[in-house]
Amino acid sequence: MEALGLNMGFEETELRLGLPGNRVRSEGEGSRKRGFSETVDLKLNLSSKDTSEKVKSFQKEKHPLPRATDPPAKPPAKTQVVGWPPVRSFRKNMLGVVQKSSGEESDMAGGNNAAFVKVSMDGAPYLRKVDLRMYNTYKDLYDALGKMFSSFTIGNCGSQGMKDFMNESKLMDLLNGSDYVPTYEDKDGDWMLVGDVPWGMFVESCKRLRIVKGTEAIGLGKYLLTKVFIGRAPRAMEKCKNRR
Amino acid sequence: MNYFPDEVIEHVFDFVTSQKDRNAVSLVCKSWYKIERLSRQSVFIGNCYAISPERVIGRFPGLKSLTLKGKPHFADFNLLPYDWGGWVYPWVEALAKSRVGLEELRLKRMVVSDDCLELLSRSFVNFKSLVLVSCEGFTTDGLAAIAANCRYLRELDLQEIEVDDNRGQWISCFPDSCTSLVSLNFSCLKGEINLTALERLVARSPNLKSLRLNRAVPLDTLQKLLMRAPQLVDLGIGSFVYDPSSEAYIKLKATLVKCKSIRSLSGFLEVVPCCLSAIHPVCQNLTSLNLSYAPGIHGNELIKLIRFCRKLERLWILDSIGDRGLGVVAFTCKELQELRVFPSGVDNAAVTEEGLVAISAGCPKLHSLLYFCQQMTNAALITVAKNNSNFTRFRLCILDREKPDPVTMQPLDEGFGAIVQSCKRLRRLSLSGLLTDQVFLYIGMYAEQLEMLSIAFAGNSDKGMLYVLNGCKKLRKLEIRDSPFGNTALLTDVGKYETMRSLWMSSCEVTLGGCQTLAKKMPRLNVEIINEDDQMEFSLDDRQKVGKMYLYRTLVGPRKDAPDFVWTL
Repeated sequence: MEALGLNMGFEETELRLGLPGNRVRSEGEGSRKRGFSETVDLKLNLSSKDTSEKVKSFQKEKHPLPRATDPPAKPPAKTQVVGWPPVRSFRKNMLGVVQKSSGEESDMAGGNNAAFVKVSMDGAPYLRKVDLRMYNTYKDLYDALGKMFSSFTIGNCGSQGMKDFMNESKLMDLLNGSDYVPTYEDKDGDWMLVGDVPWGMFVESCKRLRIVKGTEAIGLGKYLLTKVFIGRAPRAMEKCKNRR
Repeated sequence: MNYFPDEVIEHVFDFVTSQKDRNAVSLVCKSWYKIERLSRQSVFIGNCYAISPERVIGRFPGLKSLTLKGKPHFADFNLLPYDWGGWVYPWVEALAKSRVGLEELRLKRMVVSDDCLELLSRSFVNFKSLVLVSCEGFTTDGLAAIAANCRYLRELDLQEIEVDDNRGQWISCFPDSCTSLVSLNFSCLKGEINLTALERLVARSPNLKSLRLNRAVPLDTLQKLLMRAPQLVDLGIGSFVYDPSSEAYIKLKATLVKCKSIRSLSGFLEVVPCCLSAIHPVCQNLTSLNLSYAPGIHGNELIKLIRFCRKLERLWILDSIGDRGLGVVAFTCKELQELRVFPSGVDNAAVTEEGLVAISAGCPKLHSLLYFCQQMTNAALITVAKNNSNFTRFRLCILDREKPDPVTMQPLDEGFGAIVQSCKRLRRLSLSGLLTDQVFLYIGMYAEQLEMLSIAFAGNSDKGMLYVLNGCKKLRKLEIRDSPFGNTALLTDVGKYETMRSLWMSSCEVTLGGCQTLAKKMPRLNVEIINEDDQMEFSLDDRQKVGKMYLYRTLVGPRKDAPDFVWTL
């Protein structure tokens, strides 16, 4: 997916589990979609029973050799191998489930778990999912959301988006003109502003996240949080410029 | 000693508890053999296919406790097809038919069916203890049978098992009259559990010392359970998700302070990664801590926790602790004897040689190590060997296969060589990284007490394997994968394998012809070739390389339950 490929070079350093041909796409809705789901799998699915092979390579490939001469984007050349590293399937599956702690499970239990939540952003073509337990602070969360959605703040994918991107003034309008405010739906179904309550309490009560355009968030009050949130994007923009 | 009546000798033998010692005793003379076998209560069978249940029962009619191991170790890493074997049903069936008063059954890497559990639960009136480690094949229905029928059950311990969870009410199947539980571990179950039934069970189990919960047990239930069982010594927490201001949490904090007996803590299968302060009072007395299933505890919270654990003897942790965290462990845990660092699969989380060096310097009592790391250097291993010559178990897994010393780009022969030379009591060793035949020369020369050796992607030639087979006189288990050892190494000393429990070789250079030669020469070995593809069916070419070979000594010949894809030569 082109937009994801431009995403601060982040995707380049993310190792893919798919075949070599599936990496960066430069055209088409269909290919973009596939790229997206690959990314989701890579980031958020640590393991599942059926893909224990994937996990093994994932665990191994996540530690590229620390050679200074290698550009950081280059993945290790070793092939996947059954049973390496030697970790019991039970442990791999447990860690996957524990880290994932699927939303489905918590729905059924109706319990206090607030792990995977959907994240929507106004204007973005599709939603994302994050595991709130991967983060320790609000800042961590904003960083992650920023990385996920900065492609959308930059503009649409495809050639039109590229043109917009190249047009710096239009980009700055987009970033500075409208505030993006993170909000969330809590257990009671109310829409709240992210950041008011202690992190732990937020994790427990958050059911979904919505990143709202400032103009719509007036009811919640314009918030300085957007500074932190938008602060990601200009850097993203620079990195993308450099890649071009 | 023949002047003493048998009863006196038997009484003396009561003090001989280790199986090894009792085996030795039984070899002295016929009279001792007879007295020993009639009085033996506890039998350990390291390979369930080395002997038949009938012969075990015949020799030890007074058997009360049986430990059985099935699949070879590499089965843990998906190297063995699912249906290879290790079914325990024939054993339970034979025991049930006999008049053995079985009280305890401990199984590792065996296949246990619900029918088997049902039969077990109905056949032995005094059955007290069931411990299953890395087993498979049963559902919670089988557990329900155990709960319902074993009236004097003391121990039900399930470790690292994928159980098909029918979300049945197995925990409700413990009758009200069951008050004898000492140990209950169901942490590996994934499904819901009847919390009320669990609370009532704990309330009527005054002897309960060990309780390990699964993730379906929430915080408020945990608090109620702890109120009922303040005498707990070993606790496995399921879910630790809370709102710090909630009443449940405040209550739990207060309850935990009262649990002064807890020495072992594990679990945290679900945890909110912020404040673990409720646990801190418990940490001060802990001797064992297992956070290897708790990726949610990391960074500063983890380090804060560790700082309280001054008495820790055993620590299982994820590599997200980092070298810095290991430094804190080294500084704090001076009583540490066993350390296991597992891979968390998280980027930038791995530990390196630095962490290991810090630990070896700071923890003088450390003797058992399992360490998954990003890299290792010869210099570090040499330093570790200098700091600590106590290792009995040293298992190092460098995640990147065949990785050399990143500083010198040399193989790690010298580093491991230093370890085996220094640690004269080393019994178990696992190697990784780039290794040549030289490391095996060192192992053959110095590792005199070595009983188990695991080799992967190592060595250059048959010489490597030969050094080990010739040098390690006490070797019992040798497992090798993806290493260039072939027929010469395999066939040079065929008698050696009868002194060992088993040999595993996969993706090496041994051929079908070599294995057949071995099988012919050694009738008391089962030489199994495990074929997953159909290749070998169509070409019985002696020169064909064997994918997987597993050989083991046995008194009962080829097993009758081998599936189609296993050839016993």
